[in-house]
Amino acid sequence: MTPEILAALAAAREQKRPVVVATKLPSGEQRLLPDSAAPDHLNEIAREVLISDVSGTHKIDGVDWFLHAYNPPLRLVIVGAVHIAQALVQFSSACGYATTVVDPRRSFASDERFPNVSISSAWPDEAMDEFKPDSRTAVVTLTHDPKLDDPALDRALKSGAFYIGALGSRRTHAARLKRLRELGHTDEEMARIRGPVGLNIEAVTAPEIAASIIAEIIAVRRGAPLPAKLAPQTSAS
Amino acid sequence: MSDHVEDVLSTAAGWRAAGEQVALATVTETWGSSPRPAGSQMAVTKSGRMAGSVSGGCIEGAVAEAAMKTLETGTPQLLDFGVTHERAWEVGLACGGKVKVFVEKLS
Repeated sequence: MTPEILAALAAAREQKRPVVVATKLPSGEQRLLPDSAAPDHLNEIAREVLISDVSGTHKIDGVDWFLHAYNPPLRLVIVGAVHIAQALVQFSSACGYATTVVDPRRSFASDERFPNVSISSAWPDEAMDEFKPDSRTAVVTLTHDPKLDDPALDRALKSGAFYIGALGSRRTHAARLKRLRELGHTDEEMARIRGPVGLNIEAVTAPEIAASIIAEIIAVRRGAPLPAKLAPQTSAS
Repeated sequence: MSDHVEDVLSTAAGWRAAGEQVALATVTETWGSSPRPAGSQMAVTKSGRMAGSVSGGCIEGAVAEAAMKTLETGTPQLLDFGVTHERAWEVGLACGGKVKVFVEKLS
């Protein structure tokens, strides 16, 4: 890899611009795509590789090209700078998620509690409007407080976020769905919310619950078969 | 830029910037049950530093060896690993998969 390609790739990643490094095999000749100077069909295949986020070897005009997708990092928004969030940011950053913790309560969202983590102390709806969740974004609400969680979930449901999870018991979740319904969300739309959040591994401690949440995010991202959450039960605690 | 363990290229670029001789190995194709998908990378330096992986640990040694050759000659290599490899007994994939690994030098 030449210093020029390496520098151009680093610049693209810095600007969070999706690019493909195309390598001709076996000679190793390389170029970055999309590139206005490249043939249209090469650019087209590069765009498909970026959308699918699956790198691989493609035969193009009789030549093997390895197309390596470099998408910007996946993102995770955690609403609620709570104990579980402190553990979750460690798992999410290990898995490569650019993570932002949103909590207007300064005593929760302190640098001391979240060293080296991007923190927003805006109200969740404003933070979400600024953050603009897309198909490479996961959103998790952890405050247990409707006035913080609800606006975030409302915005998440209106976005293309690939994962939406909300902490709370089944009873809490049922009450939450009722409030969101009043905001105009249909049951079908709200089925996107994983609640109670996380895979059922009988997690007890904050790090265990965080592990169940990151595992569920990975499972949804990778298309693993997941059991549907149990229907909300008003009698459950 | 991210410093998480999957970002091998950044690690490799950092080593290169610090004056190391660095080879980059990238999985370009897989068949069967190979553990790491295409795009997985491993960086190796002449001084013996290593980051990332191209398999579940089965072929990293052989890839590092090939990387030394690419560092010396500057010529990239496309390596084939799997049941058909002549050294299958030594460096074949225990999982039964097959992978192709492209090895290049950071010039």
